[in-house]
Amino acid sequence: MENDLIPVIQTHDLRKIYKIGEVEVHALAGVSITINRGEVVAIMGPSGSGKSTLMNLLGCLDRPTSGRYILDGEEVSELDDDQLAGIRNRKVGFVFQSFNLLSRSTALANVELPMRYAGVSKERVQRAAAALKSVGLADRMNHKPTELSGGQQQRVAIARALVNHPAILMADEPTGNLDSKSGKEIMDLLLSLNKESGTTLIIVTHDPTIAAQTQRIIHLKDGLVEEDIK
Amino acid sequence: MNLGQAIIEALESLNSNKLRSSLTILGIVIGVGAVIAMLAVGNGAQNTITGSISGIGSNLLFVMSGNSNQELTNIEPLTMDDANAMLDQFQAPSVEDVAPVVNGEVTVTSGSESTATFVYGVTTSYESVRNYHVTEGSFITEDQVLGKASVVLLGPDVAKALFDRTEGLVGETVRIEGQPFKVIGVLESKGGSAFVSQDDVVIVPITTSQARLTRRSNDRIDLIFVQSISADALSQASEEIAQILRTRHRTKVGEDDFTILSQQDFVETAKTITNVMTIFLGGIAGISLLVGGIGIMNIMLVSVTERTREIGLRKALGARKKDIMIQFLTESSLLSLFGGVIGIGLGWLISFIVGRIALSSGTPLNPVVGLDAILLATIFSTAVGLFFGLYPANRAANLEPVEALRYE
Repeated sequence: MENDLIPVIQTHDLRKIYKIGEVEVHALAGVSITINRGEVVAIMGPSGSGKSTLMNLLGCLDRPTSGRYILDGEEVSELDDDQLAGIRNRKVGFVFQSFNLLSRSTALANVELPMRYAGVSKERVQRAAAALKSVGLADRMNHKPTELSGGQQQRVAIARALVNHPAILMADEPTGNLDSKSGKEIMDLLLSLNKESGTTLIIVTHDPTIAAQTQRIIHLKDGLVEEDIK
Repeated sequence: MNLGQAIIEALESLNSNKLRSSLTILGIVIGVGAVIAMLAVGNGAQNTITGSISGIGSNLLFVMSGNSNQELTNIEPLTMDDANAMLDQFQAPSVEDVAPVVNGEVTVTSGSESTATFVYGVTTSYESVRNYHVTEGSFITEDQVLGKASVVLLGPDVAKALFDRTEGLVGETVRIEGQPFKVIGVLESKGGSAFVSQDDVVIVPITTSQARLTRRSNDRIDLIFVQSISADALSQASEEIAQILRTRHRTKVGEDDFTILSQQDFVETAKTITNVMTIFLGGIAGISLLVGGIGIMNIMLVSVTERTREIGLRKALGARKKDIMIQFLTESSLLSLFGGVIGIGLGWLISFIVGRIALSSGTPLNPVVGLDAILLATIFSTAVGLFFGLYPANRAANLEPVEALRYE
């Protein structure tokens, strides 16, 4: 594929320093990575290695203390809160360990939510329905999260993450709250969606079997890239 | 996100916490209800009082001796001649009629019944000027005034107190200050009044009163009612009779020894008093609305804390500060708007009940729920919701997405 050569994520000396009282904690101590379009990447590392911080920065949930970050051709390290919200809305899809669905709303309404913030109104329902169909939940659209199994809830979350056609899909321990069977199904779904649509997939995990299914593993330790295996 | 969706989402959220939402709404309901009821009762009181002042007669001026604005040494009392001078067609063309009055407090008895009341000594013109009607018998005649006749008209309250009825009393005899008077008629009720007792009176010829009851010398009278030819001519008439009295009493300019009040003056005074009362009551009720607003703020803060993760998620999905603000402000405004609407109903009900209680206790107080009060309550309660929702909504909007998502 030609996509291989187009970088979707470029970071240069990305640093994040937290101040806890008098102590400065270097959660990220200078990370420079490039991820190309269509890649499937696992970010691994022990707790405290900075993988959550890296995910927050790559997902535009937070700003780096210093360094540059270019996402899909846009310099995002110095945008303000609302501009970052716009970037998250258009370019990033999130899948969380604990699903994070709105319990009061139906699956369909949950998937519609990112489009609401994007100001899409006309084709919203059709697009949400199509996204749910693509994750195999065409017959569960009007169920509330409490009426769905864990695997089904995570499918709704994936449909929600993809509905705005983001440049990258960030998955934070996507199988962490699931049994092994539905965990495998979710992984299969993520990988097949990557093949079909070419969406860049970044999985943060500490599970080696999950990481083994990806094309590239970035190991973090003490806020630095320890290993980058392709 | 447009407003319609925001409202639907807010309704869903409020609906998911029914008990909490309804208790919060209750605070506003009580506040708005109290404001509405108080304003309605205040309005009703004002209408009753101004109505009863209007009931005294129409296009009236009240002329009294003395002047509260000045310290005068020799005040000349008003006399019958003063009153008669005001009837001069050339000096006072705006005056329709004049009714001089001598009044006092007396005890009226009949058999073993006795009542303390006001006696008005009047001339024949009193009937038309004060707009009195008799339910039976007839008003005092010119002959009775000239002859100092011992005749009396009973006010309905006096008739009830003495005879327990207001009919078939013509020809009865009552004693005023021990002297016998023949009843020649009973006055029609003018309704209750806060200031001027209009039913608790007895009316006798002015000459009789001067000679035998109040014992005034020199034709002294207490009060002159002057009726102008029209409402527009009221101030003109006031100026004309002032001029007549100044000439007759030889007062210096600016040292009038008399006071002329118009009915309008009384109405204005009454309105001022009832307005102060209404504002006072409304203010107290407003405090409960304020407390309701604080209740909204409290519950919204709880709601923001509870939904920290939800807020984090929404931000992760691309919600801007404004979107979160609108979401929470819509919820708080809807809470108070519902409270306002129900509160208007409650206030209406309270006013209605107050009106009923007043009616059954004989005070014709009819509370009026005005459109302005409804509008005021709706706008004010929504504003309360917006204002007290602002802080929680702002707090929600300014949550850091990373922190919010991590919140347990």
